Amino acid sequence: MSEFLHMGGYAAYIWPAYGIATLVLLGLLVATWKGLRNAEATLKALESARPARRRTRNAGRKMADQSAGRPAEASEG
Amino acid sequence: MHRFANPARFLRLSALLLPWCAGATVILTILGLWFSLFSSPPDYQQGETVRIMYIHVPAAWMSLFVYTNMAIAAACGLVWKHPLADLFAKAAAPIGAGFTFVCLVTGSLWGAPMWGTWWVWDARLTSVLILFFLYLGYMALVNAFDDPQRGMKAGNVLLLVGIVNVPIIKFSVDWWNTLHQPASVVRMGGPSIDPSMLTPLLVMAGAFTAYFLSVVLLRVRTEIAQRKIQTLRLAVAGGVAGDGTVHDGMRG
Repeated sequence: MSEFLHMGGYAAYIWPAYGIATLVLLGLLVATWKGLRNAEATLKALESARPARRRTRNAGRKMADQSAGRPAEASEG
Repeated sequence: MHRFANPARFLRLSALLLPWCAGATVILTILGLWFSLFSSPPDYQQGETVRIMYIHVPAAWMSLFVYTNMAIAAACGLVWKHPLADLFAKAAAPIGAGFTFVCLVTGSLWGAPMWGTWWVWDARLTSVLILFFLYLGYMALVNAFDDPQRGMKAGNVLLLVGIVNVPIIKFSVDWWNTLHQPASVVRMGGPSIDPSMLTPLLVMAGAFTAYFLSVVLLRVRTEIAQRKIQTLRLAVAGGVAGDGTVHDGMRG
């Protein structure tokens, strides 16, 4: 086993080569996986928030007009 | 080709393909590592360092393969406005950059004991370094615009211009006779490499290809989700503004 790890005296070059390849490929995979989970969670949150907003839009219209500071007088005048 | 332009169809297809690609990646990686570390002989000149080849050469192949695919996607994106082509190029770029980085670093680790130097401005090494910068430049460019469409367009143009580098890399070892050795696998008259070393090389290349397919499918899926997020956010912002004007107009 130690002979295998020794790699004929070239262990200092061979193992870092395999290590860096592993690190880069696994790192990319993990980053990709996390990115996908994040995007799908955001998408789900947005999609579930949208119908709710649609339903409350009419009910909350009066309030929204006031709170949004829309110039109600201007349109009436 | 256009049958696959539909993101919904792509999502179904990718869900079907992904388990196979992921399974192939795992099996081929285990097989490849077994062949390259245990079941292949040391080289009569290079000793055990030849084992670096089983990472270095497949990574180099992938760096060119991924770039060529991105450039083809860029052409499809520019000519046919194919939305998934743009997303594919964007999704593949970090993977290609990763393979190019692995190729450069393992080459350095191989060069140090065998050539007596970590780096030389040899034609092959320099052109691969340029390929790495092309990947990084593309990634920076597509993200540099507020409007993703414009970023994609600029990135696609860069990919098409940069494709000249691919044959330069391939033939650099023949055109400029410097330190890096010429091709010994992909050449006229068949590979000049012993089957005991060709097997691990090809299995590792298969593992890297399966890895690329798996990760790029996941990344394209992410890009599609992000597109939808953007559309929803714009719709929400636009919907509120549009409502206001209609409402005020009706009142007035």
